[in-house]
Amino acid sequence: MSASIESQVAELREQMAGLRPGPESKLAMIVFSGSLDKMIAAMILATGAGAMGIKPILFFTFWGTAALRDASKRARGKDLMSKMFGWMLPKGRNRLPLSQMNMLGMGPAMIKGLMKRKNAASLDQLFEIAAQLGVEIKICEMSMDLMGFQREEIIDYPHLDYCGVATYLAEAQTASIQLFIS
Amino acid sequence: MGDYSIAKTLDYKGLPCPMPVVKISQDIGSVDVGEVIEVLTTDPGSLADFPAWAKTSGNEILETQQDEGTIHIFVRRVK
Repeated sequence: MSASIESQVAELREQMAGLRPGPESKLAMIVFSGSLDKMIAAMILATGAGAMGIKPILFFTFWGTAALRDASKRARGKDLMSKMFGWMLPKGRNRLPLSQMNMLGMGPAMIKGLMKRKNAASLDQLFEIAAQLGVEIKICEMSMDLMGFQREEIIDYPHLDYCGVATYLAEAQTASIQLFIS
Repeated sequence: MGDYSIAKTLDYKGLPCPMPVVKISQDIGSVDVGEVIEVLTTDPGSLADFPAWAKTSGNEILETQQDEGTIHIFVRRVK
């Protein structure tokens, strides 16, 4: 009899533990910046989280959105304003400026050369690893609209989706780690 | 060195952050639960990062050793 009560208590304890509300092992990150240095930091954090078993979800908004453009893709039927934004904003992660010491593009070239020499993973490699680790990328629909970006000019990435603020907030509410890359 | 045998040695030398931790997270599944992987790395950050990774991912760092330039980390797969 007592053995059966003990086992029932153990079972109940297990169920209670499952019901307990609390932050999930999850990283909710807003990637607001479209700077090379900050994008590298964001992607190192995301892949690191993936490696740790912490589920990473990245929300790309505003300037960050431009980093997800694919330089080899073309979008048609843009209005003048969208075309202008398209010309002025970097076409993808390999054309991002540095937030400091940009020096008309010399800075990014120097950083990339330095990273290569130190055998550090490039942004291309970091995105590839992120895809392997299941890092989710969600793009702010309003930023796409504001910058005049179209879905057909966005990179091919296996875990990519479009969303609004509610999706971020719903994820962030249960995420144990929240970061804003400005 | 403790009383265990090494199932596999993996060479992560020359790879900086975050690659050693990314690689062990992908490679840990290549041995059975209970088996030990020896990781070779030249990244000093790994000395702090491997225990942090092990704690979060539920695995175990048995010990770390350093000889000229190379760090040896012994990782037991727990789950």
